[in-house]
Amino acid sequence: MSVDSLSIPAPRIITTEPRRSDKVFRGVVTTGGLSSLVILGLIAFFLAYSGFEVLRQEGLSFITSSDWSISTDEAGNVLESNFGLAAMLVGTILCSLVAVVIAVPISVFSALFLNFYAPGWMKKILVSVIDMMAAFPSILFGIWGFLVLMPSVEYWAKLINKYLGFIPLFEVKPYFFTRSPFIAGVVLAIMIIPIITSVSREVFAQAPLDRIQAAFALGATRWAMIKAVVIPYGRSGVIGGAMLGLGRAMGETVAVYTVLNIVFQINWHVLLGAGGNVASLIILKFGDASPYEIKALMAAGLVLFLLTLVVNAIANMIVKKTGKSGR
Amino acid sequence: MTTQTAIPMKPWAKSLADRTRELSFFLGSILLSFGVVAASPLAGKLGYAISFFFIYIALTAGYQLLTRGTPAAKDALVKSVVGLGAVLTVMPIASILGTVIKNGLPGIHPRLFIHDMTLATPTDPLENGGLLHAITGTLTLVVLALIMSVPIGILTALYLTEIRGRFAGPIRFLVQAMSGVPSIVAGLFILSAILYPITKSYSGFMGALALTILMIPTIARTSEEVLLLIPNDLREAGTALGGTQWRTVAMIVLPAARSGLITGMILGVARIAGETAPILLLTGGGDKVNLNAFSGSIGSLPYYIWKSFNAGSPEAITRAWAGLLVLLVLIFILFILARSLGNKKVSR
Repeated sequence: MSVDSLSIPAPRIITTEPRRSDKVFRGVVTTGGLSSLVILGLIAFFLAYSGFEVLRQEGLSFITSSDWSISTDEAGNVLESNFGLAAMLVGTILCSLVAVVIAVPISVFSALFLNFYAPGWMKKILVSVIDMMAAFPSILFGIWGFLVLMPSVEYWAKLINKYLGFIPLFEVKPYFFTRSPFIAGVVLAIMIIPIITSVSREVFAQAPLDRIQAAFALGATRWAMIKAVVIPYGRSGVIGGAMLGLGRAMGETVAVYTVLNIVFQINWHVLLGAGGNVASLIILKFGDASPYEIKALMAAGLVLFLLTLVVNAIANMIVKKTGKSGR
Repeated sequence: MTTQTAIPMKPWAKSLADRTRELSFFLGSILLSFGVVAASPLAGKLGYAISFFFIYIALTAGYQLLTRGTPAAKDALVKSVVGLGAVLTVMPIASILGTVIKNGLPGIHPRLFIHDMTLATPTDPLENGGLLHAITGTLTLVVLALIMSVPIGILTALYLTEIRGRFAGPIRFLVQAMSGVPSIVAGLFILSAILYPITKSYSGFMGALALTILMIPTIARTSEEVLLLIPNDLREAGTALGGTQWRTVAMIVLPAARSGLITGMILGVARIAGETAPILLLTGGGDKVNLNAFSGSIGSLPYYIWKSFNAGSPEAITRAWAGLLVLLVLIFILFILARSLGNKKVSR
């Protein structure tokens, strides 16, 4: 048999070129995937577009002044208008900081309890209860906070004022405690505890098992193990969770509106019954707003949107980096 | 020769003596806290709680200090503090559930579910009117929002898990950012982009659009988690049998993840069912049953609760609590459904 009688088969064409169905599939899925980008972009664009007139007229004083007034003649023409968000921004930051300060220790403790102290059955029940609480509507927290929680929190506020009143932050003049930023902060804290708890719990659960077991093998008590392994590992994750809670607290509308006394004056005194909140301002003024004031509200919405976006972005970056840090 | 069989023992388990001691510490601190409250200026529930907490810490940590030394005492201290954190987390839930049930039940009667508020105002006696319009309205909004958000949410999740394209990182980031968009901002967006320039009237569809924005991130994130759980072997098997990526995803991956995807949808619905702020801006909150989502104002549970609560009279407040109870039961049912489905995330 000679060699040249063998015919060499033509090599099959192997291609990684996707079929047409796959091209369509990839196109559709990519379009769908880009929707979040499109939606966020549209939100920023339309709010900026509708608020542009007010933003241009007010300039920087939209952020720095705290006067919100508009006067019109009978025909509805704007005679004079002043829109400033300073008091509302200060109030938003104050309420959400109170919320985070209260919520973070409680959430971290309960996350530690769930992960390292609770027996299995208790952990299962508590985790589902806390997850469900995260889905409770904000109007529920608002009404409950106003009708049930407020009397107790006012009593606590009076106690704080009595014993810590010498600190400027806790000063109350005039002596008026009802519907203060502190009360709004407590309600917000209760709303964000489930969020921070579940983020911290997930971060703590990722703590490397070999290090935990090594700590126990060296004779560590549970607390010593947590201090040496879990906390260094999960610290940045907890900070990220706290920032997520902060973002949520800043954008909360109905619950804050129900319990907070909105006053257009910068107030740093937590316990005094006068505060502000950008989101609540929108609900407060929306009902009887003239078209021009609506534009101002849109601009306020834009400020709120950008604020929460920045806080959330930082939070997510911190949470994502967890695990790379630690000893 | 005697053979010795090892008897299984649990040296770490708590003995009867341990349990008795723990219980006696607990009861002892309750008793002592009564004494402390009577003897000191502390008063009220807060006084009892604080003195109980510190006495309990002192007893447990003190005992550990005497028997096992400082590290054990610190451990006992931390255990109490951490337990307090869990109690403080659960207490508001218990209080909320308790008050909603206590205040809501008097407002629940069968007529509530067959009447709307056309011929009644929130301050009327409870026998007048009902929340049929609110229930149908909420259902309309939720169904519309589902129809719009499920495809987008699942496509986003597919992009992140199946295609893993160039933009996967940024998109994951944007989805996270989107989940932090305040609900009122979503409402304002629809107001400025669609309601004012185009339709110029309140309708259920406007509300559903805002709810869609809030729902997409929930669905996208839970779906992504579920799709990541599907073993790669299934995808490889699909490709090895000659399937294109489209057929592999449609015939193998998605059916395998079905129950998990449904769980994601249910969680999304639970998230938006009680959303109030955008509803207040966009739906107009009618008092009549309105099954047409595209024209006319439409009622919904959150709006009904809001209206009743702001009317302020005792009857109206009872109405608000009853509405909250209905809403809470709805969310509870959704959650149980999600849990029972979620237990078998990857089905065949």
